[in-house]
Amino acid sequence: MKARISVRLKPVILDPQGKAVLRAARQMGFHEIKSVRIGKLIELEIETEDKEAAQQRIEELSHRLLSNPLMETYDVDWTGD
Amino acid sequence: MTSNKPTDWGVVVFPGSNNDHDALDVIGRIKNQNVSEIWHQDENLSGLQALLLPGGFSFGDYLRGGAIARFSPAMKNLPDFIHDHHLVIGICNGFQVLTEMGILPGSLMRNADLRFIHEEIYIRVERADTAFTNCYQQGQVLKIPIAHNEGNYYIPPDELKVLEDRHQVVFRYCDRDGNITDRSNPNGSVNNIAGIINQQGNVMGMMPHPERRCDPLLGNPDGDGLFQSMIDHISRD
Repeated sequence: MKARISVRLKPVILDPQGKAVLRAARQMGFHEIKSVRIGKLIELEIETEDKEAAQQRIEELSHRLLSNPLMETYDVDWTGD
Repeated sequence: MTSNKPTDWGVVVFPGSNNDHDALDVIGRIKNQNVSEIWHQDENLSGLQALLLPGGFSFGDYLRGGAIARFSPAMKNLPDFIHDHHLVIGICNGFQVLTEMGILPGSLMRNADLRFIHEEIYIRVERADTAFTNCYQQGQVLKIPIAHNEGNYYIPPDELKVLEDRHQVVFRYCDRDGNITDRSNPNGSVNNIAGIINQQGNVMGMMPHPERRCDPLLGNPDGDGLFQSMIDHISRD
């Protein structure tokens, strides 16, 4: 199975990277873009027979390592076999 | 009574640490204490009285600063080491490791102004009664360099209030006269926070680099008091 984990900064957290990209986009003439937030995408391959157990394991990994729950949130997408 | 017996220190070396040798040099050569390198794969902290987590880019700062270093074998016994009242100081990346581990509250985010900052700044001593600052005066202004990309201290408002109420802020960014202003805040940290201590009082994290301002040859040795404070504290026990 494959999991795709998106890690995002919480809305209250300032995102200097996103601000820099927004500024560059505006300079290029993309005035319609109102905001940019940058996160991370992590793709994992998991060897498992038990999808439910794997989901729990990935939740734990996302919480403890892949994100910092103080300033980030995450979503897990399962992309089939 | 303060004894002259040298104290026993360890400096943890992660892949990508780059201020480990500055710290070893200060503790060993300048302060004449016993100091050993603790490789990140080594779990053994026995016999040590103080542990320093140095600056640098442990594990390339991959994922987040300090996020991977926290799972090193050398960190495994850190909670017990702290529980036994030994001293731990995390500087820069070392501070990030301590927040990632949850030993110190809050986290260090990207600097608010989009750049790596390497400059001399001023910090004000908010508490001169800790194991790390007893050689300084309350309100004393120190000139010490910072060098970081992620030094923007963040903590949610409710936790910030608790941190302030418990007087856990030890250093704040200030101007040369000790005024806490937005202009003297180099990285966007809440309440100009540059260094904090745990509730028990034996773990401190700070973004500025005191180990780079200890040798009189390099000019103002404003960082020396931090190491001397720790030595005095340990020797008094």
